[in-house]
Amino acid sequence: MDQPRGPAFYLLGGIFALYVLFLYGPTLTILALSFQGPSGGLTFPMNGVSTHWFAKLWAGVGVVDIWAALRRSLALGLVVMALTVTLAFYAGLAFRKGFRGAGLVFALAVSSLIVPSIVVSLGIGLEFRLLDDAVKALAAATGWGFLEDHGTLMGLYTSALGAHLTWTLPFGLLILFAVFNRFDPAYEEAARDLGASGPQTLRHVVVPILAPALVGVALFGFTLSFDELARTSQAIGGRNTLPLELQGLTTTVTTPEIYALGTVTTAVSALVIGTALGLTLWLQKRRARRALAGLRP
Amino acid sequence: MTDLALPAAAPATVAATPVATPPWRRRALAYLQAAPLTLVFLIFLVVPLALTGIVSLWEYNEYEIIPALTLQNYADLFDGCLSADLCTTVRTYLSTVKFVALTLAITLPLGFAVAYFLAFHVRSGTVRMGLFLLCTIPFWTSNVIRMISWIPLLGRNGLVNDTLRGLGLIRAPIEGLLYSDFAVVLAFVHLDTVFMIVPIFNSLARIDRRLIEAARDGGASSAQILRNVVLPLAKPGIAIGAIFVVTLVMGDFVTVGVMGGQQIASVGKVIQVQMAYLQFPAAAANAMVLLAAVLLMILGLTRMIDLRREL
Repeated sequence: MDQPRGPAFYLLGGIFALYVLFLYGPTLTILALSFQGPSGGLTFPMNGVSTHWFAKLWAGVGVVDIWAALRRSLALGLVVMALTVTLAFYAGLAFRKGFRGAGLVFALAVSSLIVPSIVVSLGIGLEFRLLDDAVKALAAATGWGFLEDHGTLMGLYTSALGAHLTWTLPFGLLILFAVFNRFDPAYEEAARDLGASGPQTLRHVVVPILAPALVGVALFGFTLSFDELARTSQAIGGRNTLPLELQGLTTTVTTPEIYALGTVTTAVSALVIGTALGLTLWLQKRRARRALAGLRP
Repeated sequence: MTDLALPAAAPATVAATPVATPPWRRRALAYLQAAPLTLVFLIFLVVPLALTGIVSLWEYNEYEIIPALTLQNYADLFDGCLSADLCTTVRTYLSTVKFVALTLAITLPLGFAVAYFLAFHVRSGTVRMGLFLLCTIPFWTSNVIRMISWIPLLGRNGLVNDTLRGLGLIRAPIEGLLYSDFAVVLAFVHLDTVFMIVPIFNSLARIDRRLIEAARDGGASSAQILRNVVLPLAKPGIAIGAIFVVTLVMGDFVTVGVMGGQQIASVGKVIQVQMAYLQFPAAAANAMVLLAAVLLMILGLTRMIDLRREL
């Protein structure tokens, strides 16, 4: 379609530019306002420029321990990321080989995406409450001492972790489907012909070729978990993740402190996104360079 | 990475490669490799949904839930719905469906225009990828922050009101910009248009350009090409995007809560409140009805396409 640019190009280009402005404009506004002077409010104008609100944030927001929540969210995000990459990768391999029930597992993954988050969250919350009741009943029936102090099984690395995986795994699996569809089995056959074992083929052939895609899966795994709110809401114990605390703060905090917190959260996301995209680009460049330089390892 | 969210073809196309390993070992290995993921979905999706269905049929009082079968929770849910004035449940659903319709009406043409621009008007592959990423990056940042970021723009003394007053278009600030239906729909469009762009772009990128050339050679106008060639081929992407928007908006309680100033009702919010008051069976019954409603809407959308072939 290499024709001269018509009016449609400029019209659609204009829509695209406005959309990007709409997408980023508000976020950039609060990034700017988080550096509001000490006497400034939630809206423009800026009353001077300062890091006052970051200092206040550092000292803590009211009764909420925001830094503990941030640490929890970071740790959970890393665990979800590792599990998403690993489980989706191996499941992708299994789908590639084909197995009975593959269609059913695929349907499960798609359902996990399209069942409303509040329903998933409520279900997991109920499941763990019923488990707790069962444990308490067991303790009462048997008198086993180690069960008597049972609080709840619900928590960051049990129910919340599971809730996050129901959201990140489908994305990971779909990405790997897309990549495996374009993956030429000739590479693996060549490796086997040269005498590589199954695990060796995986480690030296499949994983390096898939590396950029796996970085993409990791990006989805971490960021979707780090910002997850709806599925976590009913499936978390007493100690909240950062997005849950943030949601609570929207109604109580009326100073630019909340913007400062927004800047910090966005900075974490931006750092992760930047790292992932940079890493993908580097991996692709390195592969292209090596392809040019011949097949040196 | 044009296919970040949606792969190109069904896994069934993957042919078995000739290998030295005996077939039974290969098959056993495949089960082993798929098991952890399957287990996660069983424990955290299938069992929870089944339990929700069961608990929705249980009795409860202020202190505990009682495992005795009853349909009372569903009866409560639809209590008074047969009378002339609408019951709370129906009104809540109507309000939520209204948000779905408005969000679809905006995200669909907008997402299509953006995807169309990327797929057909951007000529360099690198630029296309860069612009595509530009559209998806916000998806990886916090939704709550992106909602809060409308406050300085839409607030009483926000940028919009100030600008309009500066231009002399209004005297007093418009009150209903923030914490209103308008703000809720705006936030939905802001957060969910990406779910339209990615699948539609994926569909458009796969259209064989020769089809369009053939149509043009055949004398079709641009409008005719759009209507008779591009749109039919983009239908799967549109349907997938619409499915995402429907489930995201139908089950939402966060956006409606934050952008509606906790004043607007939604189905998700009702469930959340009932959970907070420990009325688990009532919340479960509500969740079952919501799930049924969403599945019905999706079923309607999937009739447009063969979803399995698209994934």
